[in-house]
Amino acid sequence: MSIGIVMLAHTALHRAEQVARHWTKAGCPVVIHVDQVVPKKRFRIFAERLADDPLIRFSRRHHCDWGTWGLVAASQDASQLMLSEFEDVSHVYLTSGACLPLRPVQELVDYLKARPRTDHIESATTADVPWTIGGLDEERFTMRFPFSWRRNRYLFDHFVELQRKIGYSRKIPDGLTPHMGSQWWCLTRQTLASILEDPKRKIYDRYFRHVWIPDESYFQTLTRLYSTNVVSRSLTLSKFDFQGKPHIFYDDHLQLLRRSDCFVARKIWHNADRLYTTFLSPKPGQLSLQEPNPGKIDRIFAKAVDRRTRGRPGLYMQSRHPNEDWENGVTAAKYSVFQGFTELFTDFEPWLSQVTGARVHGHLFAPDRAHFADGQSFMNGALSDNATLRDYDPKMFLTNLLWNTRGERQCFQLGPKSTRHVMWDIAKDPNAQVSVISGAWAIPLFQSNRSFADLRREAAQLQKIETEMLDSLRSPYSKCRRRIWTMAEFIESPMEAIQVIVDEIGFQPNRRLTEAPRIVDLTGFGQFLQNLKNQGMHPYLMGDFPADPIAQGPAPDALRPRPYLVKD
Amino acid sequence: MGLAQRYRLRLQRKRWRLRAFRKRRELKPVSNRTDLIRRKDVLVFCTLRNEGIRLPYFLKYYREMGVSHFIFVDNDSTDGTAELLAAQPDVSVWHTRKSYKRSRFGMDWMNWLLRRYGHGHWCLTVDPDEFFVYPFCDSRPLPALTDWLEASAIKSFSAMLLDMYPKGRIDAVPYQAGQNPLEIAAWFDSGNYTVKRNHLLENLWIQGGPRARVFFADRPEAAPALNKIPLVKWHHRYAYASSTHMLLPRGLNKVYDEWGGEKASGALLHTKFLSTFNEKAMEELKRREHYAGSQEYVAYASALKDNPELWCKWSEKYINWRQLEILGLMSMGNWA
Repeated sequence: MSIGIVMLAHTALHRAEQVARHWTKAGCPVVIHVDQVVPKKRFRIFAERLADDPLIRFSRRHHCDWGTWGLVAASQDASQLMLSEFEDVSHVYLTSGACLPLRPVQELVDYLKARPRTDHIESATTADVPWTIGGLDEERFTMRFPFSWRRNRYLFDHFVELQRKIGYSRKIPDGLTPHMGSQWWCLTRQTLASILEDPKRKIYDRYFRHVWIPDESYFQTLTRLYSTNVVSRSLTLSKFDFQGKPHIFYDDHLQLLRRSDCFVARKIWHNADRLYTTFLSPKPGQLSLQEPNPGKIDRIFAKAVDRRTRGRPGLYMQSRHPNEDWENGVTAAKYSVFQGFTELFTDFEPWLSQVTGARVHGHLFAPDRAHFADGQSFMNGALSDNATLRDYDPKMFLTNLLWNTRGERQCFQLGPKSTRHVMWDIAKDPNAQVSVISGAWAIPLFQSNRSFADLRREAAQLQKIETEMLDSLRSPYSKCRRRIWTMAEFIESPMEAIQVIVDEIGFQPNRRLTEAPRIVDLTGFGQFLQNLKNQGMHPYLMGDFPADPIAQGPAPDALRPRPYLVKD
Repeated sequence: MGLAQRYRLRLQRKRWRLRAFRKRRELKPVSNRTDLIRRKDVLVFCTLRNEGIRLPYFLKYYREMGVSHFIFVDNDSTDGTAELLAAQPDVSVWHTRKSYKRSRFGMDWMNWLLRRYGHGHWCLTVDPDEFFVYPFCDSRPLPALTDWLEASAIKSFSAMLLDMYPKGRIDAVPYQAGQNPLEIAAWFDSGNYTVKRNHLLENLWIQGGPRARVFFADRPEAAPALNKIPLVKWHHRYAYASSTHMLLPRGLNKVYDEWGGEKASGALLHTKFLSTFNEKAMEELKRREHYAGSQEYVAYASALKDNPELWCKWSEKYINWRQLEILGLMSMGNWA
């Protein structure tokens, strides 16, 4: 017994010749179909070069456009020729001119000899496969497709639309259940002969002639009628990208291909000299009966498809510039934004970085410069602290920072003096975890010795900006994780609030805080707010502060100003 | 896009093509070997002036990559560049004395030669200090990429300009002819670029890198554009609109994915900042033949007086294309 190879070739005929001779050397007859687009002269030269090989035949030539009947007709004719010319062929393997056998031919022969009645053909019902291109699954069997999808997409799409609208539907011939799958199959002589000699073949052919991409469904469907044992898997390693185009193998895939233990791979770049010389030269050593195992290659190509369709979250670059809401992650990683914390606590930044291990920046969007952690003037990726550069595109400053520091949690401070509108970008980012103590901007004012008229003006302005910022955080378009306290609320139970924030950063889950940051001395703050009120400026963002906190209760040692201490 | 706008762009394209046609008379062939070009060859197009010292490595780099023929416009070099080029078996050279600026910074000349000799070929339009890098460039020749692009029905391939610089003073290590300039200018900025979209021509506008950081920190909007589309399957109807930053018809500028995915892209390693730079900057300042009144060179000249260092603590040292792909400066897309 032997296996017959049907080869559909259309370009790189010198490679087809090389592979054909490899098959015949191992005793496998080859029937070559050369696409009609190949000029007569070139075909003649090609045929003459192979004339010396008694195991090679050429079948009638057809036009083999992608997704057309020609490919099926070519396979039919070539298979017929194979069955009639070579009596001892037990299996017929359909390959293309860009296929390359990866294992010694004898291993394939042995493998098939051990499975004399098995047809290897990927064949699944349309409802169960996700690989359909152009959104057509069931419909490819019930509509007509007179226009080329590749060259005449507009007419193709509109004709499909029209058929949908008027409810046109072709009748599927009795007894057929449409199946689809890879066009590279290996069928037994019995099955193939039954398909080719079926009395109803004319009916089937007429039907499939107008099915879309019949080469992926003709043999796949008919095999189900006759085969006693279908293994729904192609013996050819052939990966497709998201547009249904085969991935191409190059010299650098050599090790991967070798380890895949597949019998045949498609498609090989015609100049991949190393692949051709390696796999077409005889391999010394034991023959193996290993099952094909393309797992690793599958993963690499699945990753490529994923990169092409979903990309890397948070990356903006020359070939990835997603429209709004299509970013698949506005930024590269989760990060925390704090507003009002550095004002309320004396040592918030070092404390936070110690407790969480995160990189804690100061006010990144401050008017003078970006206050990077440790006072650096450049950050990862040579990101500059220059305020003009930063404000040229604040959103990209943020996305760049998070992209450049992937793998390290970033925290930074924000405030009403920050670059305008950056809060809006942050609010729309699901990766942002924003904590705001509203009204805390009043503390530095309270601590300063500036003239009260100045303070009043600035307080009014900052309050207005912070209100806008809070509005954007609370807007229905906001997607960030937000926590907003008024200052009065926060001071009630600071430890609880801080514990929540630290847990969210998540470096030490569920551990109680042992050390707390120190709150600044707020003695007289209530009176300061009252003064602002008395001047006609109504501060409301910090919540209700009693005018004189000392009035709440007698302080035991009132002489020394005593900071609020946070106790566990 | 309205009909009116579409027509406007069509007129603009025709204008660039007409200009190129008019400017063809400024070009005098020095050695025309274009009859050696075969049907599937990948071609390099390049305008230069006094770059003789860079050429040996430039030619070697692209020959090894799989480029079959080079087409040069020599803008009146005085350092023997023309003779060096004329002696190469795979190079065709045209000579011109005319103004670089008035040929839209060489683009009219390039458009003409592209139209005349590039039709139907994959054409790479680069400067002599630009080194093209693409995914798998260490294991697959350029024709592997162009074959794949062709099979994927992609007509243009983007390669962002990545400014390379040395550590220390720019003129500290003198560059020798034939030397790999990346041995000296081995550093780059990996993550400080801004990307905006030009809605008329649909190209991206990328700025940033060391030039924005050091020379244009106070007016970033004037920083040079870094987006480039150097590799195109040329058709005689195409035209470069402004340097190789963008093309007409504008569909060719859509080298990026808008729905979250990544298309394949490469990089142009820009080795401008070598020991030859100061001299060049001074000359260009005198000639005033560069873009926007040579404002770039004015900025360099004033900054160079203080002997700037482009290198900073977070500069990245170039290793290979995989590094650039991991850093997100280029992408393999779905080429695996």
